Order: sequence, then structure tokens, then C-alpha cells
Amino acid sequence: MPRRFAFSLSIALAATLALLGAAGPAFGQNTVKIAILGPMAFVQGENHWAGAEMARDEINRAGGISVGGRKLMVELVRADTNEMTSVPDAQSAAERVITRDRVDFLVGGFRSEAVFAMQEVAMDHKKIFLGVGAAHDELGLRVERDYTRYKYWFRVSPTKASDLGRTVFAVLNAVADQIRTQLNTPTPKVAVLAEKAVWTEPLIAAARKSLPAMKMEMVGLWQPSATATDVTAELSAIERAGADIVFTILSGPVGIVVGRQMGERGMKAVAFGINVEAQKDEYWGATAGRANFLSTLNTYAEVEITPKTVAWVRAFRERYKKTPAYTAATYDAIMILKEAIEKANSLKSDDLVPVIEKMSYVGNAAVLEFDKRHDPVWGPGKSLGIGVQWQEGKLVAFWPPNIKGMQPFRLPAR
Amino acid sequence: MLQDIIVTTLVNGSVYAMLALGFSLVFGVARIVNIAHTAFYMLAAYAFYTLFAKAGVPGVAAGVLAVALVTAAALACYRAVIQPVRQHESAVLIATIALALIVQESLLYAFGGHYLGVPSTLEGAFRVAGASVPWQRVLIFLVGAAALVGMWALLYRTRLGLAIRSAASDLEIASLLGMNVHRVTAAAAVLAAALAALAGVIVAPVFVVDPFMWLAPLVIMLAIVVVGGLGSLGGSVLAAFLIALVEALTVFAVPAGAFLKGAVALSIMIVVLWLRPEGLFGVAYEEER
Repeated sequence: MPRRFAFSLSIALAATLALLGAAGPAFGQNTVKIAILGPMAFVQGENHWAGAEMARDEINRAGGISVGGRKLMVELVRADTNEMTSVPDAQSAAERVITRDRVDFLVGGFRSEAVFAMQEVAMDHKKIFLGVGAAHDELGLRVERDYTRYKYWFRVSPTKASDLGRTVFAVLNAVADQIRTQLNTPTPKVAVLAEKAVWTEPLIAAARKSLPAMKMEMVGLWQPSATATDVTAELSAIERAGADIVFTILSGPVGIVVGRQMGERGMKAVAFGINVEAQKDEYWGATAGRANFLSTLNTYAEVEITPKTVAWVRAFRERYKKTPAYTAATYDAIMILKEAIEKANSLKSDDLVPVIEKMSYVGNAAVLEFDKRHDPVWGPGKSLGIGVQWQEGKLVAFWPPNIKGMQPFRLPAR
Repeated sequence: MLQDIIVTTLVNGSVYAMLALGFSLVFGVARIVNIAHTAFYMLAAYAFYTLFAKAGVPGVAAGVLAVALVTAAALACYRAVIQPVRQHESAVLIATIALALIVQESLLYAFGGHYLGVPSTLEGAFRVAGASVPWQRVLIFLVGAAALVGMWALLYRTRLGLAIRSAASDLEIASLLGMNVHRVTAAAAVLAAALAALAGVIVAPVFVVDPFMWLAPLVIMLAIVVVGGLGSLGGSVLAAFLIALVEALTVFAVPAGAFLKGAVALSIMIVVLWLRPEGLFGVAYEEER
């Protein structure tokens, strides 16, 4: 072989490999590896994994993800972050999936403090991390403040905490309107029952400011611990204050105690707000069937939030025998990755970021578009959330009322 | 409001008293600081959940069975983990912390991190002086009171009780007088575990059952036994109701500071230690025994 020809061939081969590396999957790569990060012993992690499994199976059944002229199967890496008890464990899990398992993307996370740590690891390695679980505003603010470093982070679900607040007050106003009409109470009395945690403070401040403007009277603030096992004293005081609405801001197991003890006491006030435990199918059993009329913000129900919602929730229920929790939005996250990879014809993070930024993706519970903080754009027809109420053992969606499939909100008998 | 405070104090105080009495009993007899004490309380709540809510065993039978199973497990743990290192207080402390974590992690593995609810064994509520009291809470108070009275009768009206009190008075002299102190210590450990298990069973239909439910009562129980006087049985019972009263007062007096009730209880412990390092009833108990 003439020396010049060999040299040219080498250059051509190197250029081809470089191009393959730049645009397509790595040489010999047969799968797209996605780490699913979550507290796997807990409901949130179970839903992370379940949503991801549904996406993986659907994509692989259809032949995989098209990139660089090849079809790559989705391979999930299950990573238990143990974040409920240890934030450092979550950080280690993120390190492990990147350096040992060599995943292409990270999806999941739940507790904001753990996601902060995992976000740093992902950004260090310039890996796209689609957040499904944490609501803290700061996660997105980092993108705005230091775009070059944090641009690989996108939040898929839920909306950021301040947007959750906007939704919760909109639903609270609807509940108050019903009390005004049905009970002839022009100024409903509201007791704020918020667990003592950093995330509840902006909502408490907003309640103090907004309730009088919304023609509601705030009769008091009660702050049990997130893990309190008894709220008898708080509920007695709330009853004595004559509250019509118990505005809950709860994420811990105290949400179960509140539902159960309100039912045991036969309280006439109706509970609405954020009660993370009440979003789960297991809640009715955990409260021993006492949580009738308790309501909360939620993500999924068999109503037409988007054209995909009803069919997907049914498929999820059929497969896992329960309603999806909001961390099952790992499904949407993986589908967003698929769409972006195919559009960019690349697995490289820097190629995918601008594609995801411009994307309008119709998900199972929202139409996802990302703002400059890489947070979902909030609002009707975009990412909003729904109000749900426990009625005779069933979780019934009631807000926003214009969505097909919504049912009336009910008040306890007086 | 006063009636609410009284009801809350009596119900919570009886649960605290059952936990603190058992802990004090074992400490008094064998100087064992058993950190795993509330892990048995948790284990009993899970056993009751499994038998009553899942297997459909009737309430009373499920409760008795849960207490028996957990007491047997506690005896096995005592023989396997505590007895071999009983003479070394720091080793006992470390071993019981490890035991509690093993129980926690085992339950996390078996049941997951789900918050579980147990149906009420008694339905309905009644109103007394304007305060609404569910019958389930009345049951907690009655069972707690009966257990405390039963324990008092056992300690002061039986030969076993006499042996336990003798061992608590001076283990070496009791041993020199021919008493089988290993057996007496084991008996105290069994009684303590049974009390903790009974507490776990009666609170299960009211509280949430989860793999971390042993931690909060552990802290309060330690505060109670320090306030009451380490090893003082009567002191532990009185301190249990005192701490329960302080918690109830905190919640009613400072609604926005309800989360502080644990901190207030612990502050009282610090004040008592400062003013009376032996606890409120420490000296009286020393003289008594």
C-alpha cells in the first residue's frame, strides 16, 4: 500500500470517527443508558421507576431511538438515592451512575436538598439531568444565574414551588366560592395548617397576604412537625376558631394524621391545600377510610388534562394496579429525551440542550415548554396541576372545572 | 380548651409512661441503656398491622399475638446481643443502637418506606365538656392505665417483683444471696419489651406506622426517664404525664409553634438536670429501694 494512500485513509478514518463521536452514538454503543435516580424503597422512587419502565418498554417495542442512522434501545439504570435519610448517598448515587455505569442521561430526584447535590454532580460531568420530583425555585434560578454551567438541568415535574403556590391559591379561591354560595358565608374562615419546613414558609407568607385580598379571614396558623403523630390539639383549636377551610401545606406523614383525625372528630371544615400523602392511592387505607372530603393539589387523574392523560393513566393503573404519583413523570422525561435525540441526531448534551429549550412536548399531565430557567412554563394549557378530593374512597378530580371529566367538589354535611 | 389539654395529656402520657417504665425497669435492674427499646414498640405496631389489617385476625387476638411475638423476639435479642456485653455499658449502648437500626432497616426492606394505617378497633367519639374524644383514644388510656397498675401489682405483690426490686437495689448482694441475677435481668427485659410492645399495638390504630416511628418516642422517653430520675419507676410515670402536659400546653398556648413541643420537653429536662441532677424522684427512689 503506497504510503500516501495509507496516510489519506488514516485521515479519512479519523475524520469519520470524529464525526461519529460528534453527532451520533459512541462507537460500539448499542443502547441509550438513562439513570433513574430516586428513593426506591419509597412511593416516590417506585413511581420514578414505574414511569421510566413504561417509557422504556414503549420506545423499545417501537424499535428504539433513531440516531446516527442506527436504532438504539433504551437501557435503564436503577439508582437508589436513599435521599430520604441521607443526602450524601444521593450525591454518591449520581457519581456512581456517571462514572461507573457510564449513563448518558440522568432522570429523577425527589427531595430538593438531595437534588441540589445531584445537580452539581451532573453539571460537573456536563450530563443532561431531567428533574422529576423537586420543586425548589433555586434549582431553576441556578440556570438563569450561571447558564454555562447549569444549562444541562431541566425540570420536568412538578412546576417550581412558586408556581405551585399560584395554583394552590387559585383552587383555594374556587373552594371558598363554593362555601360562600352553599353555606351563605361571605367571608370564609381559613385555618392554615403547615408543617414546619423551609418550603412552607413562602406559602404561609403568601396566605397572610393573599387571603384578606381574596375575601377570606385567616383565623390562625398551626405548625406541627412534618412527622407529628398526633394533631388533636391543633384540630381542637382549629374547631374552636370556627374555621370553614383547613388550608394544608403538608408533605410529611403528618398529612395522614390530619386526614384521619379530622375524620375521627367529624370536623365540618373542609381541608384543601398541598398534602403530598393524600395524592397517593394508599392514603385512604392509611387514614383507615377517615379522609372523606379531604382535598389536595395533584398531577394525574383520569381526566383530559392533555389528549394523552386518560389513556396513559389507565395503562399505568392496569400495569401497576395504582394511580401514578407525580414522580411517574419520568415517562415524559424519557420521551422528551427521545424526541430531542432524534431531532438533534445526537447524544451529546450540548447538541440536545438547544433542542429541548425550543421544544413543546405534549405530556401526560401538561404541555411542557421550558422558560429561561429551564422550568416548565406555568399556566392553563401548559403546566398547571389539578385539584382532587377524596370522595367515599375514590380520588376525584374537581379543578380546573373546564377540563373534561371533572366532577363537583363536595362539602361535608353540616 | 382545658378539657382538650387534659384529654391529650392523659392519652399521650399513658403511652409515654408505658415506654418509660419499661426502659427504667431494665436500667434500674441491670444498668442497661437500651436504645432499641422503642424499636420493639415499632416492631409491635408492624406486627399488629400485619395480623389485624392484612391477615384479618380479630383485634384482641392480633394484639395479644403481636405482643407475644415481639416479647419473644426481644428476649432472643437480649440473649444474643445484650447479655454477652452486659457488663460493659458503652458496648451495650452501641449494641442496642445497632439492634435498633437493624430493626429499622429490616422493616424498610420488608414493608418499604410506606406510611401504613391500621383501622380503628373502636369506632366513634364522644364529647366531654365540649371536647371530642374518639373511643380509640379512650382505649389507649384505659389499656395504658391497666398496664401500669398491673406492673405495679407485679412488682410489689409477687415474688418475681420482689426479686426484681432486690436486684435493682443491689445486683451484687442479690447475687451473693443466691439469686439468679441473669434470670431476673432477663425477666425485667421481657416485662419492659412487653410494655413497649403493648404501647406499639395500642397506638397503631391512631398513629402512622412507618420504619422511623421509633425515633421520636425514643427522644421523649429518654427525656422522661432523666426528668423522673434514672431508674425511678414512679418518677418515670409521673414525668411521662408531666412531659405530655407540657407538650399539650405548648400546642395550645403557641399554635404556630406546635413543632416546638419536643424542644420544650427537652428544655425541661435540661432545667431539671441543672437544678436536680438526679432527676425529680431520683433520691426518693434511692431511699425507697
